[in-house]
Amino acid sequence: MAHLNISDVTLSFGGLKALSNVDMKIEPGLITSIIGPNGAGKTSMLNCISGFYHPTKGDIFYKEKKLTHASPHQVSNMGISRAFQNLELFSGLSVLDNLLLARHQNLKYSFLHAVWFHGKASRVEAENRAFVEGIIDFMELEPYRKSLVGNLSYGVQKKVEVARALTLAPDILLLDEPMAGMNQEEKEDIVRFVMDIQKEKGITVVLVEHDLGVVMDISDRIYVLDFGEVIGSGTPEEVSQNPKVIEAYIGED
Amino acid sequence: MSNNDHLLEYSIPQLLRWRVASSPKRPALREKDFGIWNTYTWEDYYDHVRKTALGLQQIGLKRGDTIAIISDNIPELLFTAIGAHAIGAISAGIYQTSMPAEIAQILQYLKVTAVFCDNQEQVDKVLDVRDQIPNVKKVIFEDPRGMREYMSDDWFIDIQDLYKLGEKEHAASPDLFESLVDQGKPDDPCHLCLTSGTTGLPKGTIMTHKNYINMGVKITEVDPLEPTDEYVSFLPFAWIGEQMNSFGIAMATGITINFPESVETAMSDLKEIGPHFMFGAPRIYETIRSEIWLKIDQSYWLNKLLYNYFIQVGLKAASYKMTGKSMPLGLRLKSWFGTQIIIRPLINQIGLMRLRRAYTGGAALGPELFTFYQAIGVNLKQIYGQTEITGIAYMHRDGDVRPETVGKPLPGTECKIADDGEILSKSASVSPGYFDLPEKTAEALEGGWLHSGDAGFIDEHGHLVVIDRLSDVMHNNKEEMFSPMFLENALKFSPYIKEAVIYGNKEEFVSCLINIDPVVVGKWAEDKGISFTTYMDLASKPEVAKLMMEQVLDVNSRAEKEHFKIKRFALLYKLLDMDDGELTKTGKIRRKFVQEKYQNLYDALYDETIDTKEVEASFQYQDGQSNIVKTSIAFYTVKGV
Repeated sequence: MAHLNISDVTLSFGGLKALSNVDMKIEPGLITSIIGPNGAGKTSMLNCISGFYHPTKGDIFYKEKKLTHASPHQVSNMGISRAFQNLELFSGLSVLDNLLLARHQNLKYSFLHAVWFHGKASRVEAENRAFVEGIIDFMELEPYRKSLVGNLSYGVQKKVEVARALTLAPDILLLDEPMAGMNQEEKEDIVRFVMDIQKEKGITVVLVEHDLGVVMDISDRIYVLDFGEVIGSGTPEEVSQNPKVIEAYIGED
Repeated sequence: MSNNDHLLEYSIPQLLRWRVASSPKRPALREKDFGIWNTYTWEDYYDHVRKTALGLQQIGLKRGDTIAIISDNIPELLFTAIGAHAIGAISAGIYQTSMPAEIAQILQYLKVTAVFCDNQEQVDKVLDVRDQIPNVKKVIFEDPRGMREYMSDDWFIDIQDLYKLGEKEHAASPDLFESLVDQGKPDDPCHLCLTSGTTGLPKGTIMTHKNYINMGVKITEVDPLEPTDEYVSFLPFAWIGEQMNSFGIAMATGITINFPESVETAMSDLKEIGPHFMFGAPRIYETIRSEIWLKIDQSYWLNKLLYNYFIQVGLKAASYKMTGKSMPLGLRLKSWFGTQIIIRPLINQIGLMRLRRAYTGGAALGPELFTFYQAIGVNLKQIYGQTEITGIAYMHRDGDVRPETVGKPLPGTECKIADDGEILSKSASVSPGYFDLPEKTAEALEGGWLHSGDAGFIDEHGHLVVIDRLSDVMHNNKEEMFSPMFLENALKFSPYIKEAVIYGNKEEFVSCLINIDPVVVGKWAEDKGISFTTYMDLASKPEVAKLMMEQVLDVNSRAEKEHFKIKRFALLYKLLDMDDGELTKTGKIRRKFVQEKYQNLYDALYDETIDTKEVEASFQYQDGQSNIVKTSIAFYTVKGV
């Protein structure tokens, strides 16, 4: 049984079809990549899953639950979290505060507890901090814990973005071009983290990425989109031998 | 001053046991993990050493066997090392930056039977060369991250499982551990310390329990430490400088060792701990000073004004303090006032406020750096010694800090200058020799004296002055002697210069290659509105060359002899780097290698007709790829030399 079942999804803006009749199955515990040329509809697909857009036609199921029309926070509560291509962090807050804040929905204590910061409030906050520290350790962000996000390099900010998505303890992590704009060394770093997220934490990863080398190396399954349609899917070997995919990437001769 | 000579009767594990008996609940180690400082008391320390020791015995480590340690500084590293000492085995440290081939060579040479690694990075290196190291029976790792796929292979063992083996063994025979510890003798070898390898493959220096403890006891006879004092462990464990603290000083005095969260956080963790004493290579002190300068530079005008005034007062006061003379009242008042309103808050920002003494060693430090630190109230002192004499044998005394010397011998250390000018020493901390290298041992310990290989003399105050390595002293083509290291240091005293390589052996004049300091020069360029992209770009700016010319002229103006003056120089397009084999692990220049690598630049330096030259720079990235970049490099001639 697939974790995330996308069936026959179409997304149109007026007359423009961003996605048409897309079928995808995201299997648990694997790294599934969505690739394709610019404007192929990769980010639109992620937006549909995470509830920013709602498909014009078709359905998305997550463990039997329908999330076709769920709002972003409902999707996030179900255990699907997302790291954005363009960083969506509070640049005036420290790394630690960004991560703590991302978990606000896990903080459930009363106003009075909060005023005295006692009992449940302090316990929950301490647990929250311990959880976030675990993520900081995992993403190797210790040197930046107290630095303002706005002062950090782009590569580190990207790591913080992934860390923020991880603080929600998701079942599925959607990564939208985590390696865009990075140098070789930073890319290798992030690849290692993506693999660790899958292997050590057992999180299902959906990766949208341009760097074909990286995708071929680490993906278990690949879907190739072009003009909003799935033109190929399968293991990296299958996809790399698919004539349609080669055509979309290299062009006709 | 308490006499601690009775501690010399113990082995390191026995001394640990003695510490537990006298102060079981005091903190011995502290480690920052998940953002929190976790404390191990002396009792906890001993418990961990016991389970590690018995666990090591269970996996087959025997008396006389060697266990190598490749790890960042974490408490488990000490548990493993002292655990090994407790069962009569020998520990050996390997630098974390070592390449797999180098690790294989060292493991073979030291006949290592087990390896302790902190994480997957080090484990992978050992795994890489597994077929070359049949002697290694087990690899112990601390951080299980990324090790999932290795767990089916019983070559690897998680330290937690090692602990369990040890605990089980302790439950089965509760007296075993104590009887093992009792068998240790102070003169047994306990550690193999690799010498830095300025020349060829590193040698494994055999260190005994007594070597370390004697060093710890003697240094604290001069500079006493309280058991409540804090120390931050950030030097590489494979270097004698870290071992003498964790095996020697900490055991002899009962201070607390603090382990930073990671290598990158060491400086901010230092600030949180506020250590009472620290030890480091000159680079650390240069970095801290640059940091202070940057902080002041970025501060607002009042701070700058106060700093600029009171640093001058401090410098004046420092000259009195360093020579132990009494200060005039006016200066004393001004200095006290400046300390209160600007200097103390400033050094508190860096984490040096509680620091009573700071030591520098391994290479020379600029005289004005000494005065600078003394001026901001940090009692920075020079130490001198070799790995073979447990790191420290000579040290400045409080109130008698002469920047050009390395101080006086520690109590119990004898010093002699050989006929050829070589420094010879003798003390209870001198190593019995090198592992498996009887010829080298005989050479180094000829006549019962430790031969340092350094040229030096004793000045009129009884201080030792080190000139240079005996083998590194150069002669120009008129057979006039000069020390390249001395000139390089004179250049490096400029904040704008990170590294310099002096040439001139058998040549008509002295010339050099300069590495600009990217941080300080980068800031300088920013302030001047000079735009730049990479290091290579910055180093090729004519404005930067002009700045460097001023630095060289300044050094030339202070040259004691005419033939010390630098005539030609060029700015190197890349920083000298350990990964490229240009620097040793402790940051010294591999002179011969650098000369061969940059032979084309050397030739151009000695061809005065050349102003610029096209060169191909090859860069090696961490993933093994290399890239060739074409650049042009300019050569400058200093007028009037």
